[in-house]
Amino acid sequence: MAAAWERMGAMVARPLSGPTTEVDEPPPPPPPSPPAEKPGRVRRDRFLLLAMLPGLALLLTFHYLPLLGNVIAFKDFQPYLGLGGSPWVGLHNFRVIVEGDPLFLTALGNTLVIMLLQIGIVFTLPIALALLLDSLISERLKRIVQTILYLPHFLSWVIVISIFNELLGGSGPINTFLRRHDLGTIDIIGNAAVFKELVTGQVLWKEAGWAMILFLAALSRIDPELYEASAVDGAGRLRQIWHVTLPGLRSVIVLLLILRLGDALTVGFEQIILQQQAVGIDASEVLDTYVYNNGIVQSDWGVSAAVGLVKGLVGVALVLGANRLAHAFGEAGLYRREIR
Amino acid sequence: MTRKNATPPTTVRALKGVLLTVCCALIIVPFVGIVSTSLSTREQIVREGGFVIIPDEVTFAAYRALFTGGVVPRAVAVSVFITLVGTALSLASTTLLAYGLSRPNSVGHRPVLMVVVAALLFTPGIIPAYLTIDLLGLLNSYWAVILPAVVSAFNVVILRAFFMEIPAELMESARIDGASDGQIFARIVLPLSKAVLSVIGLFYAVGYWNAFFSALLYLNDSAKWPIQLVLRTYVVNQQQLGVDQVGSGNLPPQEALQMAILVISIVPILLIYPFIQRHFTKGVLVGAVKG
Repeated sequence: MAAAWERMGAMVARPLSGPTTEVDEPPPPPPPSPPAEKPGRVRRDRFLLLAMLPGLALLLTFHYLPLLGNVIAFKDFQPYLGLGGSPWVGLHNFRVIVEGDPLFLTALGNTLVIMLLQIGIVFTLPIALALLLDSLISERLKRIVQTILYLPHFLSWVIVISIFNELLGGSGPINTFLRRHDLGTIDIIGNAAVFKELVTGQVLWKEAGWAMILFLAALSRIDPELYEASAVDGAGRLRQIWHVTLPGLRSVIVLLLILRLGDALTVGFEQIILQQQAVGIDASEVLDTYVYNNGIVQSDWGVSAAVGLVKGLVGVALVLGANRLAHAFGEAGLYRREIR
Repeated sequence: MTRKNATPPTTVRALKGVLLTVCCALIIVPFVGIVSTSLSTREQIVREGGFVIIPDEVTFAAYRALFTGGVVPRAVAVSVFITLVGTALSLASTTLLAYGLSRPNSVGHRPVLMVVVAALLFTPGIIPAYLTIDLLGLLNSYWAVILPAVVSAFNVVILRAFFMEIPAELMESARIDGASDGQIFARIVLPLSKAVLSVIGLFYAVGYWNAFFSALLYLNDSAKWPIQLVLRTYVVNQQQLGVDQVGSGNLPPQEALQMAILVISIVPILLIYPFIQRHFTKGVLVGAVKG
């Protein structure tokens, strides 16, 4: 970064525009700052205001306008009546949640199991991977390994699932090899019994390398003197990891865990939709696919929107709650109270 | 650095080597197999049971068949269109919004910043998002795939943090020389942000190229499908590729065609990957995330 600032210094040396001012001439008064009248400030900042306009308009249209669409959760939506004309039904649509509609409970159960698997495995393994990579001595080797491990993150779910089907499927290389040597076959693709494990494995393949990035960055910021001091005190390698490395990673781990909690109920929507045909609803329905299948496919709009709304609110509550908890334990968390 | 200079025992080093080799092989071998199968002859694919790691004889028949006409060239054109238009719009509006938010004391930036930051906390639900697209009359239009993805609040926050690190004296002195906010943006801020802008642009581009669910949700007409939907239909769901879907009458084996579609969808990612990777090593992204 330092080099960039140096280049900037060189740029400032030659005036950008306008006439060159004499060196010993006193600098002209700075442009009108805060105390100026409001209309004057609007005129002064008109470029900045106009610059924000397109982005703001898009965010409001495609991020905030849909919020209003959530009123559908309180209506008995009839497409021919439109959103305005459909009758209000109060909390009727939320009954699937309160009374525990079996399909909803299946979706909730699957979501929770997959979530636990993912927080347990997909969250922790990258930490181990980062420690392993960080212990390599050769910088070049480190870079090569990183380049390979990050790559799958940039592939779409369609591609990742195509690759898994191809490799682990009935006519894939593994099963072909096993059949040739009379070792039986492994039945993974399209097998409802191992679907949650398969889904977790796919997330691991795609995201483990990427998830490692922030841990690696945090590791590189740990003060090497801490290792020296602990070595002098007779700490072995494992004790160093426990007493120096992991505490150094703590704030990143907390931050990522909070972020992950916001998405806790979002477990691989695209990933699961793509495989649902093969394994069936019972093993694969999660909250997001329930909303999609029930709402868009079966046109039960109100109920689906109600489930989606509750899921979104739980996500926000989890983030805010986890953040408060992090503050209570003296961590910076996701945000501090004030926004600059 | 005691920890790093001390050579660990041979067994530990061997174990590390094995672990890392396995991790890398798990990623590389599938790619090699996919490319090989797409280039293999029918005899070898049949002989090896559907998946070839090393082809004896290389043939481009599958690619020739796919590119003479039918679904694939059209889908590639759609995906390229969505990616180029989307990335251009994304970069323009994200950069402008982040710049507007990056100047302390400017009028009205506070409420806008709240709007952006609050957008990080929630994503619109599927049903309300669909209703919005319907309301705007965008169903079955490419704009339904592009417009909702144009501004990522996360990227705005990253870029704003980067802009705010540019020393204020630099802008002050430009202003003294008579530069307007627009000129400062074009002549100082943009040139200094080339690296971070290219990373953000590449991230947007990857997102548009990979767009799957929005296309599934909003594009009902299969003639408008981008490459990811073609991939789902013919590779994930194993629908047969017939003469109607492929330009040539002489059909290469299904496995080779499927793997060729897969390669076609991966190649653009592989092409831009080195550029993304180069900026990681500079630490642009991590620094920005931290800021």
